[in-house]
Amino acid sequence: MAAFVARRTAAGAFLVLVISFLSYTLLSIPDLDVGRQLLGQNAAQELVDAKNAELGLDRPALVQYLDWLAHAVRGDLGTSWFTSEDVLQAIANRLPVTLSLMVGVTLLTAVVSFLLGVWAGVRRGAVDRFVQIFSVIGYALPNFLVTLVLVLVFAVHLRWFPAIGYVGLGESFPGWLSTIALPVTALSVGAVAGVAQQVRSSVIEVLRQDYVRTLRARGLPPSRIVFRHVLRNASAPALAVLGMQFVGLLGGAVLVEQIFGLPGIGSMTVTYTTRGDIPIIMALVMLTVIGVIAINLVVDILIGWLNPKGRIA
Amino acid sequence: MSTPSGTPPRAPSGTSPDAPPGPLPSEPPGAPPGAPSRRSRGVPARVARHPLGLVSALLLTAILLAVAFAPALSPQPPDVSSLRDAFGGPAAGHPLGFDSAGRDILSRLLHGGRNTLGGAALALAVALALGVPAGLLAGYYGGWFDSAASWVVNMIMALPAMVVLLASRAILGPTVWVLMVVLGFLVAPAFFRLVRGIVAAVRGELYVDAARVSGLSDTRIVARHILIVVRAPIIIQVALVSGIAIGLQAGLEFLGIGSGDAPTWGAMLNEAFKNIQRAPSLLLWPGLALGLTSGALVLLAAALRDVLEDRGTHRRPPRRPSRRAAAVARAAQPHEPRAALLSVRDLAVAYPERQVVHGVDLDVHAGEIVGLVGESGSGKTQTAFAILGILPETGRIAGGSVTIDGQEIVGLPERRHRALRGNVVAYVPQEPMSNLDPAFTIGSQLVEPIRHKLGLSRAEARERALDLLARVEIADPERAFRSYPHEISGGMAQRVLIAGAMSCDPKLLIADEPTTALDVRVQAEVLGLLRRLQRERDLGVLLVTHNLGVVADLCDRVAVMSEGRIVETGTAEQVLHAPEHPYTRRLIGAVLEVP
Repeated sequence: MAAFVARRTAAGAFLVLVISFLSYTLLSIPDLDVGRQLLGQNAAQELVDAKNAELGLDRPALVQYLDWLAHAVRGDLGTSWFTSEDVLQAIANRLPVTLSLMVGVTLLTAVVSFLLGVWAGVRRGAVDRFVQIFSVIGYALPNFLVTLVLVLVFAVHLRWFPAIGYVGLGESFPGWLSTIALPVTALSVGAVAGVAQQVRSSVIEVLRQDYVRTLRARGLPPSRIVFRHVLRNASAPALAVLGMQFVGLLGGAVLVEQIFGLPGIGSMTVTYTTRGDIPIIMALVMLTVIGVIAINLVVDILIGWLNPKGRIA
Repeated sequence: MSTPSGTPPRAPSGTSPDAPPGPLPSEPPGAPPGAPSRRSRGVPARVARHPLGLVSALLLTAILLAVAFAPALSPQPPDVSSLRDAFGGPAAGHPLGFDSAGRDILSRLLHGGRNTLGGAALALAVALALGVPAGLLAGYYGGWFDSAASWVVNMIMALPAMVVLLASRAILGPTVWVLMVVLGFLVAPAFFRLVRGIVAAVRGELYVDAARVSGLSDTRIVARHILIVVRAPIIIQVALVSGIAIGLQAGLEFLGIGSGDAPTWGAMLNEAFKNIQRAPSLLLWPGLALGLTSGALVLLAAALRDVLEDRGTHRRPPRRPSRRAAAVARAAQPHEPRAALLSVRDLAVAYPERQVVHGVDLDVHAGEIVGLVGESGSGKTQTAFAILGILPETGRIAGGSVTIDGQEIVGLPERRHRALRGNVVAYVPQEPMSNLDPAFTIGSQLVEPIRHKLGLSRAEARERALDLLARVEIADPERAFRSYPHEISGGMAQRVLIAGAMSCDPKLLIADEPTTALDVRVQAEVLGLLRRLQRERDLGVLLVTHNLGVVADLCDRVAVMSEGRIVETGTAEQVLHAPEHPYTRRLIGAVLEVP
């Protein structure tokens, strides 16, 4: 187990390194002339050059990257070129918003899609058709479109929730809940569609297994067979899909945060990428990649726990 | 797709490894066959016969045509604005009204479709051009290219498309067409993985080997044998990926990444969203256009999957309660005095398609081993399942009477039938490995029914389970108790299953080919074990088997079954040495012929 985690962490670190190198060099290709952007069109060339030298931009891209890397591994992600904010601080300020969103979506998706999927897989019939139709619709619609419809109905027409803004969890719990409810729902629709469908087909598959028949022959009640044996065996593929959905959710968060005006990582990505603020963009890319790697690792460990045969010693 | 990632969710790992992803309505593998093959017709004709496929194909065609002929169909150029008409409703020549800048909505919608769909098409073309050849190469040749390409693909799949697209904008500038090329790179893994998986699987097939041996060049093998196999999944994937690309394209435009004033559906939605308080109806048309296009693509993919993969719409027959058979049960004529332990009279088992067991009579007395013999497909197992009440979902007892320990079970409510299972009648299955739940230890699988049926405490149940394991001659019960099914041998697994069957002191044991899956030496041991347990506890055993050697060894009486009917019954000696029915003679003759 420890060896597995160590191996996966090493592979992940290598991946992060490769992506950081590619991102930095690619980001350095366009000649953005940051000094000129900062000081304006009328600034004297010497001042612009001095500014660029101050930011270290007069050095070759590779040297800049190695410098960035040397600081990054020590936890220093630098300061924004344009706002002089400390990058780590800027991210720390915005991370709770996005984390609220992600945790909320993951929990809601897991609960709803397991309920729907098991229900559809066990009952079949009309329930099954309903879940199927919901899945196709949820899968088909781009989630910012779903978000717009939710805003229109629940914020503009019914006025149950605010259309925009964010209240921190620390400030007020009901406030936090009401600002996070619509974004979480919006992001969950598509994820539930994918995961519920997977739970359903895994449940149907497991119900056809020989050992389920043998459990019935032992006289165990159906509820026990479904909630203990079928659920556990059907969870592994469903978890894999949930993990995959997470990558999509990070992208979805960009749009949803923008629509609801949530001050999170997603809206930060939109704002800072416009200007080519490399320290911030690098930090965002690293955060996303590390997040995805961590989630995949957690999912694989959980799957190993659920499925002893695939368990890694 | 609602989650704008570059990579659609992976196909359920339980199904074929690289099947087209996405939650399309489809039966998991193992679905009852019976979908007739309809390969004779062309794909378009078959899609046209699929109601959803037809509707979505027509809708997509209409949208594509309208967008293609946008200049001709538009009332005016998309950028003409008259502030006087801002937020104006439908008017003569402007059927959909005006937007916030007084521009004609229909014109912008039609022209916007060109940018949105065109962008998605560009991304799709790039993804196909990259993913399909790379997948073919990696799948066909394997080796270092496969490893390298798979590593890159896994890396790309770990990147959220929207974040990468935004970062790319910092490098490449805000031209959406260029970003669509990047998007093509990001969704290429969807094709790569699909093609690679299929090709790698097909490559090992005999007919490809045969083609290679017969001297066909690799190019011709790929062209003639492999492209045909990947064609259908690629078509389905194209429909799915198009939907994703359109969603992402519109998402980027919605964020305002777009190229200024060019009309696109995403930009129209953005503009509508800015005015959501004043004129929420502006969301309607671009939202509808985007939603319908994406929806039609996913539905078309579902229809294509049904058609190309020959999955007929499998209809589930209404489940009739077996209670109805109770009336028939009472009418059954007793043929001879009924045994007290198990007595079957005139049993019929039916599936929606056909009846598989016809008028079976069987008796098992306490302390007796009765063999139920016949070749596979003769209805032995169905009879056993009917007695146990564990027929598959669509199967049911269509008539007759079954009494276990004096209780009629035909028409008995499931709850009361369940109460008999485990502690009156128990079951030893055929295939030991597949009959143990892989996710739980042997111990917990033994303890669970003991606790449930006998109401013992955890510690008592554990003790009993260990005792049972010792009694089925497992050398190290403690160790077996802690093991998972995959950690023990087939013979040991069968002992565990026998222990499980014996765990609640049943009076009747139904063993379905209990030794077929085991090697010869282990077979003898397991049969000896069954015999010992049967004597110790005066069990009645119904032994389902096709092995006449086992019958001769173990059984007191034999019933021979063929095509769902009992053709002969008698003592083992009678039936084996002086068979009356021609089928029995053939069965015995067949054994003798095999050395």
